[in-house]
Amino acid sequence: MLSIKNLKAKIGDKEILKGINLEVKAGEIHAIMGPNGAGKSTLSAVLAGRPDYEITEGTVTLDGKNLLEMSPEDRAREGVFLAFQYPVEIPGVSTTNFLKTAVNEKRKYLGLEPMEATDFLKMMREKMEQVEMDKSLTSRSLNEGFSGGEKKRNEVFQMAMLQPKLSILDETDSGLDIDALRLVSNGVNKLRSKDNAFVVITHYQRLLDYIVPDFVHVLYKGRIVKSGDKELAKELEAKGYDWIKQEVEAAN
Amino acid sequence: MAEELDIIDQVTQQEYKYGFTTNIEMDTAPKGLSEDIVRFISAKKNEPEWMLEWRLKAYKHWLTMDEPEWQNFKYPKINYQDIIFYAAPKEKIKLNSLNEVDPELLKTFEKLGISLTEQKRLTGVAVDAVFDSVSIATTFKDQLKEKGVIFCSISEAMHEHPELVKKYMGSVVPTTDNYFAALNSAVFSDGSFVYIPKGVRCPMELSTYFRINAENTGQFERTLIIADDDSYVSYLEGCTAPMRDEHQLHAAIVELIAHDNAEIKYSTVQNWYPGDKEGKGGIYNFVTKRGMCAGVKSKISWTQVETGSAITWKYPSCILKGDYSVGEFFSVAVTNNRQVADTGTKMIHIGKNTRSRIVSKGISAGKSHNTYRGLVKVNKKAEKARNHTQCDSMLIGDRSGAHTFPYIEINNHTAQVEHEASTSKIGEDQIFYCNQRGIGTEEAIGLIVNGFCREVLNQLPMEFAVEAQKLLAVSLEGSVG
Repeated sequence: MLSIKNLKAKIGDKEILKGINLEVKAGEIHAIMGPNGAGKSTLSAVLAGRPDYEITEGTVTLDGKNLLEMSPEDRAREGVFLAFQYPVEIPGVSTTNFLKTAVNEKRKYLGLEPMEATDFLKMMREKMEQVEMDKSLTSRSLNEGFSGGEKKRNEVFQMAMLQPKLSILDETDSGLDIDALRLVSNGVNKLRSKDNAFVVITHYQRLLDYIVPDFVHVLYKGRIVKSGDKELAKELEAKGYDWIKQEVEAAN
Repeated sequence: MAEELDIIDQVTQQEYKYGFTTNIEMDTAPKGLSEDIVRFISAKKNEPEWMLEWRLKAYKHWLTMDEPEWQNFKYPKINYQDIIFYAAPKEKIKLNSLNEVDPELLKTFEKLGISLTEQKRLTGVAVDAVFDSVSIATTFKDQLKEKGVIFCSISEAMHEHPELVKKYMGSVVPTTDNYFAALNSAVFSDGSFVYIPKGVRCPMELSTYFRINAENTGQFERTLIIADDDSYVSYLEGCTAPMRDEHQLHAAIVELIAHDNAEIKYSTVQNWYPGDKEGKGGIYNFVTKRGMCAGVKSKISWTQVETGSAITWKYPSCILKGDYSVGEFFSVAVTNNRQVADTGTKMIHIGKNTRSRIVSKGISAGKSHNTYRGLVKVNKKAEKARNHTQCDSMLIGDRSGAHTFPYIEINNHTAQVEHEASTSKIGEDQIFYCNQRGIGTEEAIGLIVNGFCREVLNQLPMEFAVEAQKLLAVSLEGSVG
């Protein structure tokens, strides 16, 4: 589904991604771990198309389509979803109104008619139940005054509504207590299917107890330096990142 | 950064949709202003002698006044000898029905989305259409008459209801009030007149649609609305003008009078031509709007959505004279490119237990400047007056300015006055967040700005709220930072 080949990106003069290669197939969950400053968040931003970054080399395709040539909104409409580490607040715009716009913009892109209001509200109810989203949150202004946990749950709820092919979770666990973490993870697990895929970016192994990955990759200094299965995450948790750093330095 | 500027450029280059002109034979006054011109206008309108006297008095006073200079912007000195003060479509015969209105004019209003023909009128809204200096048509007159509601052009009111005009015109905005008010009083051409009798709830929205068409002309209309005891009226005004390279002056006066327990809701969607992106052309919108809450428990609400004009300069105000009277001001002012807005309100508390509420939302994009200026004044005898002011500014891009000048004068220690203010910027983060959900940048700005203004837009009657929302999005297309 997602194919990243030799991806290099910089911000200003600073090269952050130095040749990423990653293949993600439908139905898979990939975890990307790594120390601070390794380029984890840059990778998610580049995939979603944040304008601050310049791609200097490489390709990214989603089901064969060149993502890098698309605007951020077209990537989203093609099925890329980024669960933000820090979801923004939009005062005066309800989550309902926001999602209605988003869903219908996607439908327009796909050549479909806008959803009927009743159908839309029905879908809202179903998805809210599915991801255990508090009903009262949808009538409030988007993320305004939400707690950290509520914001992350709202991200998962939006994911449920937009039904993306590829979901990227950018440090979704940061700032969550254990109960919120469980709720968010349950939501994600319910959305898993053989047709979609997840890239879970995290600093800690903790999240991966709940969202169990098929593959774990270690990102360090802008490259994937080690890949393995979920046991690799446990090893990192036990030993930290230093041994990886040493391995990399030794190889150089 | 480069991309950011691109987006700003796109947004700020949105075309003005109403910039067309109408080719029609016009009857115009010679350029310039003099006593003769004042007499000319009065004669054209076949006015009674007392009206001419009133105009001449205002004119003589105007001659003694200086153009104000305290505002927060500069504009080139206006040459009053270079303006045409009266322009009207040539009437071949006296109109008896809409069928006799020049089809060119009907087409013009159709194009603006205002249908004056019997079959296609917006249901539930009576319209008075003013084209340059004259009122073209007023719809639903007969239905309103049954309820005793008078809705006609002010020229007509002078003849049909001279006692009301004499009593109220100039009672809220005196001819000597300010420079532009004096000018208007001398040369005003037409406008709308509304009288709601005692105990009547006006059965439909009343609306005036102003259109400037002729070149080099100024538009000087007056609106006078009187709500007698226990009555209610909701009134809307809309306005557009063609795209012209020179600035055109629009100096209007609106006077509202609410008697005991009466309520007037006055809504404006102002979309005069704003000029091009370099600031060439556009309307100078210098308007005096004031409401008098004369009676006990009377209420006046101003709602304005200001998106057009090169310069918008006005302070729709309330004089809260009646005990327990209420004044409200809800405003959205959007400026883009080189536009300027210096707007706000004055709430003058005179009666006891009077209350006022101000909600102002300013949005500045491009190289524009947006100023909120407001006065809350509590007089000595205004026991227990209360005011709440909320004043929010939003900046789009990094070349625009937002300014706030709140004035508060309290002469009674029982008053409670609160002022809240905030300034925010549409962030790239907000835009990107919307983009990532499949919402394009233009839609995203529309969504964010409409969210920001929601409190004010909620005050507008339904059909106008939708129009206003679209207008906001269009005025700001491409202005992200």
